[in-house]
Amino acid sequence: MDARALRSEFPILDQEINGHPLVYLDNAATSQKPRSVLDAMKRYYEFDNANVHRGVHTLGSRATDAYEGAREKVARFLNAASAREIIFNRGTTTGLNMVAGGYARQHLREGDEIVITQSEHHSNLIPWQQAAKATGATLKFIPLQEDGSLTLADVEATVTERTKIVSIAYVSNVMGTVHPVKEIAGIAHKRGAIMVVDGAQSSPHMKVDVRDLDVDFYAFSGHKMCGPTGIGALYGKEALLEKMEPIEFGGEMIDFVELYDSSWKEIPWKFEGGTPIIAGAVGLGAAIDFLESVGLDEIDRHGRELSRYAYGRLSEIEDIAIYGPSGNRSGLVTFNLGDVHPHDVATVLDTEGIAIRAGHHCCQPLMRWLKVSATARASFYLYNTEEDVDRLVDALVKTKEFFQL
Amino acid sequence: MSQLDDLYRRVIMDHYKNPRNRGTMDDESVTVNLNNPTCGDRISLQLHIEDGVVQNARFTGEGCSISMSSASMMTDAVKGKSTEEALALAGKFSSLMKGEQVEFDEYEDIDALSGVGKFPARIKCATLAWNALRKGVEHDGQGKVEENVEQ
Repeated sequence: MDARALRSEFPILDQEINGHPLVYLDNAATSQKPRSVLDAMKRYYEFDNANVHRGVHTLGSRATDAYEGAREKVARFLNAASAREIIFNRGTTTGLNMVAGGYARQHLREGDEIVITQSEHHSNLIPWQQAAKATGATLKFIPLQEDGSLTLADVEATVTERTKIVSIAYVSNVMGTVHPVKEIAGIAHKRGAIMVVDGAQSSPHMKVDVRDLDVDFYAFSGHKMCGPTGIGALYGKEALLEKMEPIEFGGEMIDFVELYDSSWKEIPWKFEGGTPIIAGAVGLGAAIDFLESVGLDEIDRHGRELSRYAYGRLSEIEDIAIYGPSGNRSGLVTFNLGDVHPHDVATVLDTEGIAIRAGHHCCQPLMRWLKVSATARASFYLYNTEEDVDRLVDALVKTKEFFQL
Repeated sequence: MSQLDDLYRRVIMDHYKNPRNRGTMDDESVTVNLNNPTCGDRISLQLHIEDGVVQNARFTGEGCSISMSSASMMTDAVKGKSTEEALALAGKFSSLMKGEQVEFDEYEDIDALSGVGKFPARIKCATLAWNALRKGVEHDGQGKVEENVEQ
């Protein structure tokens, strides 16, 4: 994989920020988009745009084919048993809310347990808090090791016969930890619970095979994996989707509508109320084509190598605190530079043309666990190079000097 | 790094490293706890208002150099001012953040924060303490006021 060559596929990266060539290291927040994705969406709007599933006219058929074709692509991408198991939505947050609102609320009762971790993104925490409040179920947390990882012994000890749902991020958006999802799913199933996976940070970086992992639900976002914002998908095993209720009602998702009652379409369409995100799905399909043409395994290797390189180079800086495991981490590094507040770090880096994220990363409970109010995070993608990391390190050294640490 | 020098002037760094009025007091007439949920900055501002005058102001909190230095300057600036004068200063500070030409003859250190206006993402850092001041004056005598702010 040639990151430098791939970089030229991303028009936005070819610019100067504050007089320096842009180094974009905020990929865990959102990735940039390659020309092929932008072109696919433009082409859709210029030639095929129409509403789907109802037009008798030619454009209506083309739009429907494009939309349903993208669903087939996502199904193949995740190795789902069929495209019926793929629901298009706005992204990971919506996907997890669909499961918490449409499945958990229907099937959980008082005394049941939902098991997650303290390192979850707010999107994989708050929907479960709400479902627990609504059903009387209890929310439980698998304890974290010092580096933010989990042990299977702790999973075994936390997941009980009363646990109905286990929900975990495949990759932590702060610690970069890659959790053993397949093994955790095995434990969940042994106790009769279903396994939900927040795939926001895994799908951009690695091959995910939902059948091999044997997970029950898997939610991810398009915009973090070269696709447009506003589109994502939820995978659910067919039998479970049949037991899940829609959380949005209206046009598109209905079968027969009477004055006082209505019936729904079959899965997955009953979960897609309103005119769907058609151009977004087309863009996501193009993003999947792009990632597969590069190779997911190559992308994974590249991210881990950059992360390892960054971990090593950042460790050279005195007074830096790096969070998360030293090994088995995905393409991101979260840190704090002495007493300099991460917002000040991010502002200084911005003047050097380097974009990083500073803040709580939608993980307030994890920040409390780390005993910090905020952190800085550099996250990598397929177009980043060791040179980008070197520029980050140089700028951090300058930041230290500037604040006279 | 001239752009940076403009943002982080010596006087700002001085207030950040040697904050004035940092701590708590026992004779406060109102305490305001403000968070900025998008970035995690947090301020707890105590005011002792008597006879319509800010007799004393103290703060504790966590945040970046801009938010903490701004709190230091604000508390220093409003001490001894009537609540009307304090609110007028808050209004003037908002103008400063919008890039308008204003000068703080009352407390010149604040002029140093004019550079923040050029960093849109950081304006909310600088205004946190001043928003706490507004809330404090508004809710004086009501004890504790807790709020999240989206500015």
